[in-house]
Amino acid sequence: MKEISMHILDIVQNSIRANANLIEIEIKEDTKSENNYTLVIKDNGTGILPENLKKVNDPFFTTENKKTGLGLSLLEQNAKMTGGFLKIISEIGIGTMVTATFCHDHIDRQPLGDFALTLGNLIRANPKIDFIYLHSLNEKNFKIDTRQIKMEIGDIEISNNKIISFLKEMIRENIQELRM
Amino acid sequence: MGKVKNLDDLRKLRDELKTKTSLRDKSENAENMIQIKVAMATCCIASGSRETMNYIADELDKRNIEAIVTQTGCMGYCYAEPTVEIKLPGKEPIIFGYVNEKKADEIIEKYIKSGELVEGIIPVNYKNIEETK
Repeated sequence: MKEISMHILDIVQNSIRANANLIEIEIKEDTKSENNYTLVIKDNGTGILPENLKKVNDPFFTTENKKTGLGLSLLEQNAKMTGGFLKIISEIGIGTMVTATFCHDHIDRQPLGDFALTLGNLIRANPKIDFIYLHSLNEKNFKIDTRQIKMEIGDIEISNNKIISFLKEMIRENIQELRM
Repeated sequence: MGKVKNLDDLRKLRDELKTKTSLRDKSENAENMIQIKVAMATCCIASGSRETMNYIADELDKRNIEAIVTQTGCMGYCYAEPTVEIKLPGKEPIIFGYVNEKKADEIIEKYIKSGELVEGIIPVNYKNIEETK
């Protein structure tokens, strides 16, 4: 994958298949003390069996038919290339948390890419799932919670194309604002 | 930098849409609507399915074609990604392969609007990766 936002889209598919109805995506950028770029994807899905948890990072390991089973191993490889790591915590019946940490200023750290496109597609394609997106860069941060969005738009479907376009623009503008 | 979009802007958009949009829940009428599923697994995303899905949804909206656009897991045709399954009302679903924006445009103009088949259909007897194991 050439962008971190594509990894996010890929890993979130695991949460969707685990029947999560609330998925949190957090991006924490610390350029001042730790020099870390941390991605956390947390869900309230069914969780991963302990015997599978040891193997989920292995290339081509999958519990699904027709899947290649490369998503987590690719993410781990990309994190390790920057001196980072991947950590997965899961509990059956509670959910799963995937944390990928990259060295922020490493030349091999992929760019975030078009995260607005990623989240826009996720919201559009999964209107019944709620997403929380938190992004922080040192002291600055912003948050989007689709539960709040749904409350604001009332009867209008969150998958309405105008709403999705608005959300994508809002995400892009807020990410740009973080970097100023 | 100018003002960034916020919830006040969302409320204004909501009010505009309420005067224009049918508030019918698409999921209640799914069988009578065009249903489009874009495969969204690792190989699909790496091949551009994110952009394909976005293009299809935006273009259908611009061309005023009502459809349900969702994602699905890997359909097993990893050699032909991005793949898109399209089901027109009353017809069997068809899977198209190698759907980039140009192909998506052709599918919308010819197949979705007029029912005219285009190149790139993956025949039902083609094996997916599960069947080749």
